[in-house]
Amino acid sequence: MNRLIVSPSPHTRSGATTQKIMLDVIIALCPALIAAVILFGTRVLLLAAVCVGSCVLLEYLCRLLMKRDQTIDDLSAVVTGLLIALNVPAGLPLWVAVFGCFIAIVVTKQLFGGIGQNFANPAITARVILLASFSGYMTTRTVPQNYMAVDAIVSATPLVKLANGASTSTYLQMFLGVKSTCAIGEVSALALLLGGIYLVARKVIKPTVPLVFIGTVFVLSAVLGQDPLAQILSGGLMLGAIFMATDYVTTPATEKGKIIFAVGCGLITVLIRFYGGYPEGVSFAILLMNILSPQIDKMTMKKPLGGKA
Amino acid sequence: MLKLNGVKLSHYKNSKDAQTVDIPLPPTVTIPLLQHMGVGCEPVVAVGDTVKAGQLIGDSEAAFSVPVHSSVAGTVTAIGKYVASSGKIETQITIEVAPEQETIECAPVEVTDQASLVAAARAAGLAGLGGAGFPTHIKLAYKDIDKVDTLVINGAECEPYITSDYREMLESPDDIIAGIELVQKCLGIANAYIGIEDNKPDAIKLLTEKASGKAGIKVSSLPSLYPQGAEKVLIYNCTGRIIEEGEIPADKGVIVMNITTVASLCRYVKTGMPLTHKRITIDGNYVKKPMNVRVPIGTAISYVLDWAGIHEELARKVLMGGPMMGMAVYDLNTPVIKNNNAILLFDEQKAVFPRTTACIRCGRCIDACPMNLMPTALEHAYDQGDVERLKALKVNLCINCGCCTYVCPAKRHLAQKNTLAKGLLRKK
Repeated sequence: MNRLIVSPSPHTRSGATTQKIMLDVIIALCPALIAAVILFGTRVLLLAAVCVGSCVLLEYLCRLLMKRDQTIDDLSAVVTGLLIALNVPAGLPLWVAVFGCFIAIVVTKQLFGGIGQNFANPAITARVILLASFSGYMTTRTVPQNYMAVDAIVSATPLVKLANGASTSTYLQMFLGVKSTCAIGEVSALALLLGGIYLVARKVIKPTVPLVFIGTVFVLSAVLGQDPLAQILSGGLMLGAIFMATDYVTTPATEKGKIIFAVGCGLITVLIRFYGGYPEGVSFAILLMNILSPQIDKMTMKKPLGGKA
Repeated sequence: MLKLNGVKLSHYKNSKDAQTVDIPLPPTVTIPLLQHMGVGCEPVVAVGDTVKAGQLIGDSEAAFSVPVHSSVAGTVTAIGKYVASSGKIETQITIEVAPEQETIECAPVEVTDQASLVAAARAAGLAGLGGAGFPTHIKLAYKDIDKVDTLVINGAECEPYITSDYREMLESPDDIIAGIELVQKCLGIANAYIGIEDNKPDAIKLLTEKASGKAGIKVSSLPSLYPQGAEKVLIYNCTGRIIEEGEIPADKGVIVMNITTVASLCRYVKTGMPLTHKRITIDGNYVKKPMNVRVPIGTAISYVLDWAGIHEELARKVLMGGPMMGMAVYDLNTPVIKNNNAILLFDEQKAVFPRTTACIRCGRCIDACPMNLMPTALEHAYDQGDVERLKALKVNLCINCGCCTYVCPAKRHLAQKNTLAKGLLRKK
């Protein structure tokens, strides 16, 4: 029997796999998760476990029902679960979190064909839907009793306070992490930046989108007479810019496209923050720009070397 | 200045210090009459004829063709058909090797101008020896030769494992320089660049020494970024010129020749003996003793492997050429031909690829493509059968270097799809 395998070139592959990329994202999210545990206690771990567990289970069931190959081993559902956990407050009832996972995995991801096919970032969509549907739980409503017992001083989110002109945190506090009822993953700019640096160093993401997104918010805040440093250190900006506006599937593929995307994200964020009905606009900005990404991709096609029109 | 994309590969130049050794004559050779890009030759000998080494055994009236010579002295025992790598049925001639080897009578060839150079290149049986197999005489016969001012010699050898061009540079630097001067003189070309990847410092040093004092010959040290040896990439990195769609390099004043081809041209002119042997690298992920061997054209791979003491049973994939663009052979009796530069063997571990998963649009293929194409978009267009979009995305500019497939984390067959897409465009 002829044992030789015949296939067209190339006959070698790099070591990169989707699974390894997702694993890197999980590792990069760990500092933010640890910071959340330090600030909000161990319920964070319960929340994360429930979100990750339900995302993986929902993806498994979806693939089973749709009679498609299983994809849970690519770890993308774990990333989505972890991101959802980091995008909600510590006291969010678990059933609400599971509802968010359903929106992310079933509605946003699997119904559109699974990994690579979703038009919007699943975790962002979940956050936006939860914010619209359960705005009480998602923003300033009370956290569970046992948490009140541990620490009675649970402040409104820094952004709400900024909007009310009553910021009490110093820049350093905001950089390291301030306890509030905001999403648990967005409190520590330091932890998020560590994760971002890891992703850039591992070449999982390029720094373009985070830098341009955050830079746009900084510049526009300054122009509009707001405190630019406080603006970039608070809210979901770092979490969104580093981990969700860099999602491959739902953002433009070319460098030029990424810049347009990130500027758009920054612009919409600032407009919502300063003039909109919500104190925070990062999630809406990313979601809107996700929807525009195919159009941006079309506008920013690369010019082939030596190609004639 | 625009920087072309590419990928950093592990070089595996394990055989770089292995001096070329001659292999003992095989009992038979089987010489294909298509060893070049273009039309296959017709036999000019018959079964039962005795031939000498270097004797013409196949030729063609077609312009886009290169004559074929016997690599040994012996008796023609069969003229048969085989399936070429293109999938077409071609002719091959089997010669039983005689115990006493005899070579054709030959004498140095006088070459003074373009016409005589073209004739010499054809008579030498030369086709791009780096792998492409493009007939050398056609390249040299460019009609507006006055417009050509630059000769680029391809010594990049950017494929992993292969060191046959490297050994050519170390072992025959004088032939290379003399070959370049010959082409320069006959075609009136002022400048010549020898492009070598910087992972071969010894070759760069030696050729720089040999070229010193030669007007117009310059050694270009190029970054070791695959596909540095791809014609358009090499031209751009040596001269800054971009070959546009539909153009050949000569339209931009450049002729590119592989380094072993130019040395072989020099050897033909010096001796009158056409190309009969080829240096190939033998290596692979489980090959213990990588080597460079000079093999008579038509020698079966299995004979070379037996002689080298390599276990064939372990091989799951055998390549003629490099891992990025080489051809996988289905039969170890496949003969070595002119444009082969390596036999690479890979075992189970390297030959079997992981499963293909969904595209996650990471854009790595786009960042890797030296031609600035968008492989993921091309794949999508091909899957949709969207001919217009394939044209708009310029799939015809794909050089099939394989960078996109190599970097893809979803292990998608992107370069392969481009090849299929080009076929689809030809059919429409």
